[in-house]
Amino acid sequence: MNFAEQLPVLPIITPLVMAPVTLLLPKGRAPWAWATLASWLTFAACVFLLREVSASSAGFISYHLGDWAPPLGIEYRVDLANALVLLLVSGIASLVFPFAYRSVQLEIDERQSSLFYGALLICMTGLLGVTITGDAFNVFVFLEISSLSTYALIAMGARRDRRALTASFNYLVMGTIGATFFVIGIGLLYQATGTLNMADLHDKLAGNHSRVVDAGFAFIVVGMGLKLAMFPMHLWLPNAYTYAPSAVSAFIAATATKVAVYVLIRFLYSIFGFDFSFMGSAFTFVLLPLGLAGMFVASFVAVFQDDVKRMLAYSSVAQIGYMLLGLSFATVEGLTASLVHVFNHALMKGALFMAVACVVLRAGSHSVEAFAGLARRMPFTTWAFILSGLSLIGVPLTVGFISKWYLLQAAFAAGHWYAGFLIVASSLIALLYVGRIVEVMVLREPAEEGKYAIPARDAPLSMLIPMWIMVAANIYFGVNTELTGEIARRAAEALMMVAGGAP
Amino acid sequence: MEWFDFVLERYNYWIVIILMMTGLYIVFARGNLVKKIVGLNLFQTSVFIYYLTIGKIAGGTAPIYVGGELDHGGGHGEEAPGHDAPGHDAPQGSDASLHETPEGASDHVNDLFGGEAGSDKIANDFASNDLKETLKDFQAQGAAAPTGGEASLHTPPEGVDGKIANDAFQNIKKPESIEFSIGDGHEAGANSLADAVHQASEVIYTNPLPHVLILTAIVVGVATTAVGLALAVRIREAYGTIEEDELEVIDNVAEFGEEARARAEGAAS
Repeated sequence: MNFAEQLPVLPIITPLVMAPVTLLLPKGRAPWAWATLASWLTFAACVFLLREVSASSAGFISYHLGDWAPPLGIEYRVDLANALVLLLVSGIASLVFPFAYRSVQLEIDERQSSLFYGALLICMTGLLGVTITGDAFNVFVFLEISSLSTYALIAMGARRDRRALTASFNYLVMGTIGATFFVIGIGLLYQATGTLNMADLHDKLAGNHSRVVDAGFAFIVVGMGLKLAMFPMHLWLPNAYTYAPSAVSAFIAATATKVAVYVLIRFLYSIFGFDFSFMGSAFTFVLLPLGLAGMFVASFVAVFQDDVKRMLAYSSVAQIGYMLLGLSFATVEGLTASLVHVFNHALMKGALFMAVACVVLRAGSHSVEAFAGLARRMPFTTWAFILSGLSLIGVPLTVGFISKWYLLQAAFAAGHWYAGFLIVASSLIALLYVGRIVEVMVLREPAEEGKYAIPARDAPLSMLIPMWIMVAANIYFGVNTELTGEIARRAAEALMMVAGGAP
Repeated sequence: MEWFDFVLERYNYWIVIILMMTGLYIVFARGNLVKKIVGLNLFQTSVFIYYLTIGKIAGGTAPIYVGGELDHGGGHGEEAPGHDAPGHDAPQGSDASLHETPEGASDHVNDLFGGEAGSDKIANDFASNDLKETLKDFQAQGAAAPTGGEASLHTPPEGVDGKIANDAFQNIKKPESIEFSIGDGHEAGANSLADAVHQASEVIYTNPLPHVLILTAIVVGVATTAVGLALAVRIREAYGTIEEDELEVIDNVAEFGEEARARAEGAAS
């Protein structure tokens, strides 16, 4: 058996096999250390995979699961687009796992900590599986693997706030409806074509304009829309992110919706393609307006939140609007912008939620009052928050700027100049809500006594280091766009080629 | 009355649609968390039925092998290599090898049975175990095609399954006529041969893939229900109720104080 040949399956197999083992380990540090190791191994596999794909002449690697050849067998098909998302998910995981230890110690019952790490590993497996697979039904299975563990993880926040339970329940109901819609859509496609392999589906769907396919398309877009919290189907998201344990918020905010966006891109571009008659109207009348509406409504709602986590959650809905906007332009530039923003938004939201987790550790709360005068109490955390907040707004030298820059270029190139102005306008709203928190952190006096009094002690190093690596990534990829911009552009070109649009 | 037939012929789709809408309605309209889960279940069940509908082939039986035990063990003498090769290729297969399998196998059977000259030999051989083994092998392959046959998905599902079975049936008809020319002494062997041939030829399987898919989806559904009910239990422990409206009031009271309750009651009355 050749190691390199088996490489594509390693990001899935490694965490999947290692996750149950966490339950057998003695309580304490062991489950955490084991899970961290798993996430690092997975990350390493994903890095190798990206290098391999980037160097391969075909532009993708196809791995036949169990050596059953596609289209009968399940295929893992790694091209640049999903190699980038794989790198992102496993990278965020490899930072969140070491980060989680102290936060979990505080927020999760000691007896449940091994379950927590196991579930988080399974969640990561599911997300990676959704990304890597080349089989449409397999997407559903992995999606549910990650969702089910996410429900459990969010509910674990109940130890601090019982509202986590209802948040998790609502997410479960909405998520299941979304997934079931998705599976109905796949069923309809299967009925029309008799295949489930994505590449094969694309070939078989070419020239197939039956109403069955149209219905399948609608079901898939709505189902994925629920999963990725497309405005106005985002109502499950704010509560889920707010009441989940801090480490879980950081992980799922950075990855879960991004993976769903990726799936939407994959289905729209790689499976349906521009040959499909609904594509144009879906872009113009659904994704574009909903993306724009999400950008504004969610940003606006975010301004009035008293809870920092909830504010960031609403901001996530708004940022998903940018991604939808990018992909709805149906150009290489737009798709590039969308993929770049998937990557960059994960970096900034990851860093922001990590900063909130640090505050929760010391102040015991994530309401705005707890942030008062934070700059004097926890300077490192404050600066991490400010820098990634600037990135969220889109200040030059940060990743946020790169995303907005690509998006603006794409908007003007595609002739949607008004969208360009709206992007800038909604960035100004982002300035409002981030600025509000920064003002509280820097200019207010810290509470000396009462509920929100914080000891003048910064977060432990085990949290600061991963958080600052994330912040550094925010700056690094804001200056050096070779990895993100370049790979995203090549990935977008490949996707457009398959979709049959102008390259 | 054309439309009536149209509607009636597609009754299973109507069941799917009605169940689906009922389920969704329950999820949205009911405030009780357990009832929501029940609605969700109903909704998912409709999808299971939908998938089964896709996989159904008129006259087809469940995709479970019915032709006796699958005996691939050694001991069928000289024939073994010839039979084993396609048998092992089939599951791996591109469609080509899958389509070939049954034909190749039936050719082989035809060779055995075919022609006047052959009939004597067959009559003599009937009692011998070798031939029975051969037949079993053939059956296994004939059945393997539809079962392992995701290949059938490349053409409309009905086509292939039926075709394989029919092909096999036609090719095998000859031995049936031979049956009558067999001497009394060999009757037992002949009957078992006829039975085997019948079974191999008449079974039409429904498309197995949707069944497999939906088994997976059922597992996912069960897991979702389990998690959902577990959450409902925890909510009941934490709040003392599983009614959505009451939960909301309790949360509001916890956050904004007693006036939230007064407001909620005011809105209700």
